[in-house]
Amino acid sequence: MALAHDSRNLPALTGEARVEDYLALLKPRVMSLVVFTAFVGMVMAPGSINPVVAAIAIFCIAVGAGASGALNMWYDADIDAVMSRTMNRPIPAGRITREEALAFGLVLAVFSVTLLGLAANWVAGAALAFTIFFYVVIYTMWLKRSTPQNIVIGGAAGAFPPMVGWAAVTGTLSLESAVLFLIIFLWTPPHFWALALYKQGDYEEAGIPMMPNVAGETSTKWQIFVYSVLLAASALAPSLMGFAGMLYTVVALLTGASFILLAWRLLLARDGAPMRRTARQLFQYSLSYLFIVFFALLTDTIWTRMGGSF
Amino acid sequence: MPADTTTTLPETADEAALRRKAQRRRSIALALALGGFALIFYILTIVKMGPALFDRAL
Repeated sequence: MALAHDSRNLPALTGEARVEDYLALLKPRVMSLVVFTAFVGMVMAPGSINPVVAAIAIFCIAVGAGASGALNMWYDADIDAVMSRTMNRPIPAGRITREEALAFGLVLAVFSVTLLGLAANWVAGAALAFTIFFYVVIYTMWLKRSTPQNIVIGGAAGAFPPMVGWAAVTGTLSLESAVLFLIIFLWTPPHFWALALYKQGDYEEAGIPMMPNVAGETSTKWQIFVYSVLLAASALAPSLMGFAGMLYTVVALLTGASFILLAWRLLLARDGAPMRRTARQLFQYSLSYLFIVFFALLTDTIWTRMGGSF
Repeated sequence: MPADTTTTLPETADEAALRRKAQRRRSIALALALGGFALIFYILTIVKMGPALFDRAL
């Protein structure tokens, strides 16, 4: 059963919040992936952008992602306190109050959107604002506690950054940028469900309706497999649509096949420790997968612009 | 309503020193953030004005 939002039983503030605690509110690891994918979107976009404006735009996207993280931790402090993976975060650990995290997140959100709008354009600014809204309100406040499809729909928030990067250069949201969105969108379910499979107890204890503790392990493993196939297929779209070359195509084929193979192994894994081990392997591989695919897109684009061909 | 049974222990000298140190570091970080904010707007203004900035009679 989903847990109703409850801010009681959180420890009182100790008054010793360090700068590092505020940085932790920004979820730096998530931020790094957001920055990287947004950068790739920006480089792939046709047209030019002043390098200083580009650097400021990337900074704004990073701060916007950090604001989303802080607002997520503000709202989810009650369930963070229950899960082993999150109980040492600044709010459940009692180093920062929820109100401080809320104020910090709101200030950063307004700052990042305004600055991106002024520096690049207001389409990019609006896209960043929508991304923050989607992650905080649609995913965190609504879907996360109410449906096992939470990360499927909520995954859109993590998929928007390349579109924001693209919009910062072109001032529009085109079909090519939607393909970059689609790759991350389809990557999210197998990534988080693999995590949920080996951290199932955590989510169950916190009352989060993740797929394994609602639909069961077998159903989740099948859904991971289906999404992995869709992901591998969608990763070939840039080649089929003609905005990626042979280098990217080869990388997308190899990494996509490996993803499907790992998902297949997870499907066949025996319950218990072997299943959790394979789920962990898939989770870790999925992190590398996204980085490799976007890095290949980046390399391919730069190589093609320099006049190279395979 | 049940009575509040929690008590606050007096702060030790070490704890007070740690708190002051954390406060100082937070203040420095805030000052740097505000300075950075002003600097970004300054640079952005110069970039947006472009070469026309220097196109004026001396």
